[in-house]
Amino acid sequence: MAVLIQKDTRIIIQGMTGRIGKFHAEDMIKNGTNVVGGVTPGRGGEVVLGKPIFNTVSEAVAETGAEASLVFVPPPGAADAIMECAEAALKFAVCVTDGIPSQDMMKVKRFLRRFPASRKMRFIGPNCAGVISPGIGFMGIMPPHIYLPGRVGIVGRSGTLGYEAASQMKALGIGVSTSVGIGGDPINGSSFKDILELFESDPETDAVMMIGEIGGPQEAEAAAYARDHMTKPVVAYIAGLSAPKGRKMGHAGAIISAFGESAQEKVEILSAAGITVAPTPSAMGETVAKVLGVRQAA
Amino acid sequence: MDIHEHQAKDVLRRFGVPVPDGGIAFAPEQAMHEARKLGLPVVVKAQVHAGGRGAAGGVKLCRSEAEVNAFALSLLGRNLVTKQTDAQGKPVHRLLVEQATDIGQELYLGLVLDRKSERIMIVASREGGMEIEDLAEEQPDALVRMVIDPATGLVPFQSRELAFKLGMTGNQIAQFSNVMRGCYRAFRDLDATMVEINPLVITDAGDLIALDAKMSFDTNALFRRPEVAALRDPGQEDPREDAAAEHGLNYVGLEGDIGCIINGAGLAMATMDMIQLAGGSPANFLDIGGGASPERVVAAFRTVLSDPNVSVVLVNIFAGINRCDWVASGVVQAYRELNLTLPVVVRLAGTNVDEGRWIINESGLPLISADTLAEAAATAVDARPRQAA
Repeated sequence: MAVLIQKDTRIIIQGMTGRIGKFHAEDMIKNGTNVVGGVTPGRGGEVVLGKPIFNTVSEAVAETGAEASLVFVPPPGAADAIMECAEAALKFAVCVTDGIPSQDMMKVKRFLRRFPASRKMRFIGPNCAGVISPGIGFMGIMPPHIYLPGRVGIVGRSGTLGYEAASQMKALGIGVSTSVGIGGDPINGSSFKDILELFESDPETDAVMMIGEIGGPQEAEAAAYARDHMTKPVVAYIAGLSAPKGRKMGHAGAIISAFGESAQEKVEILSAAGITVAPTPSAMGETVAKVLGVRQAA
Repeated sequence: MDIHEHQAKDVLRRFGVPVPDGGIAFAPEQAMHEARKLGLPVVVKAQVHAGGRGAAGGVKLCRSEAEVNAFALSLLGRNLVTKQTDAQGKPVHRLLVEQATDIGQELYLGLVLDRKSERIMIVASREGGMEIEDLAEEQPDALVRMVIDPATGLVPFQSRELAFKLGMTGNQIAQFSNVMRGCYRAFRDLDATMVEINPLVITDAGDLIALDAKMSFDTNALFRRPEVAALRDPGQEDPREDAAAEHGLNYVGLEGDIGCIINGAGLAMATMDMIQLAGGSPANFLDIGGGASPERVVAAFRTVLSDPNVSVVLVNIFAGINRCDWVASGVVQAYRELNLTLPVVVRLAGTNVDEGRWIINESGLPLISADTLAEAAATAVDARPRQAA
């Protein structure tokens, strides 16, 4: 069992008729992901990649029993598309879109709180690579061949740095249970802590690689959670050691604007919480190997 | 996106926030004309996108037209270096000429996007005039914080509560509520990420007025805020960053000599870290984005090489949504078109990596290949030409 996505999870893609949505949908289907349809308003009734297209998410749910959605909708309509998923009672949504206004995300987060815990949708992203459980399927834009199936969970803000970690681990024969990109935006659906909770309760995950960066309070929050509530070892890396204060480094959220938001400060906070921090980005794989080895020997 | 003080004051005035009367001047004659209209004395303030202008000599109380003229002459066309700018400073092309305000008390008022509560947060203090970072460090208890629920917006009792906490009395309570409402609506309606009034002044007569104002906006929302986009002043920005943005590149100029061309913000930051750990210093942050064409890669080379400090270029690509063969073609094309002689280190991984490496190898160019992130950074640091002793 992996977290978030299973072999039989019925998945729809919002924006599957677009160039980018179609390209990644094809890759997902090719890798065994259970894509059951797509949603594009006004294109209902068409068939793309052999899957039915619907006008609304609730229609797609009624017809296909969809449980999860991957959102490829451009920034002006992305927040709207995410809220439509929640209203249609999907269990899970991932949004890869980069460039959603912050106030739209504030609205989305407020909207998700309208629902009782029993039918509250889990949301991941935006501006993320998505979620992959190697050998099971994926929802996102990652190259699936770089992941070896296994028992280490990965959670990170950056897509490409997540690829880097997975390939370093693969080179050492270490596999991944699930890799989750939580995205580079200042306001996101799931935090590091949210994903650590999932990995802690997943019987098929033994350890977690967490890849943070400058800006925001979420790494510190995750450190406190790992210290107080986790039995599984966590290895971390924080990007942006050389980033100057007050400059936005690509991601809308990657900016040092408060105390505790620089890479050095985050490394100190994580280390103080008992998390093993990889000294360099090229040592992510070997640090995981070391921690797993120590554990097996113990 | 930042805007000038005079623009922020114009915006806030439209939302009912009291600001001093003033006018904008691009030339000394214009500054004198504005001073004459307003009546002396006036305050003349350099308009640059940076704080710390007062301490840097960019603000002056002028009691005569001659003084206005002399101060305007000394500032216009020069660069102002403040503690918030780099060593080059920011160019002064416009001045705000304002009626002088008598200052009874200075307060701090800021609205920011708070990442912890994921809401708009009000930060206020009875100690105005200082930078908020210094306030937070030196007198953390003097800061009052309050969060606004997006479902209801700012509720009047919040403004009243804040006014009382700041020690206001009588008529000031209503005035402060009015300032709060204006700031909040400007923030919400224009997709701001920051509104700061520092200081918010209580005059000797007991009235509130915004003596300084700063606003930043969410660049992701500019598509629906053309009136905000029109306030942009490219003269205050790094021209290389603008040129890069036109090609879909995300570029931030830094101080070092190793030029970086990378895909993804996280990998870009990590590569810069790796360079630093290997004993080098990155010249820039550059993310080529997804689906980069050979042409975009050539544009990336042009951008990176527009920095004269660059002595070696490191290309590090882990392709997911990108293609190594396209990137490799771009590298080869750039090397030939730009007649490069400096060392170029290329590390390719991910989608179509074999095709990409083949293109690099078959080009016959002296490109230096690296397999891993660590090797790429170390090779780039070693490839720097030795400094003449």
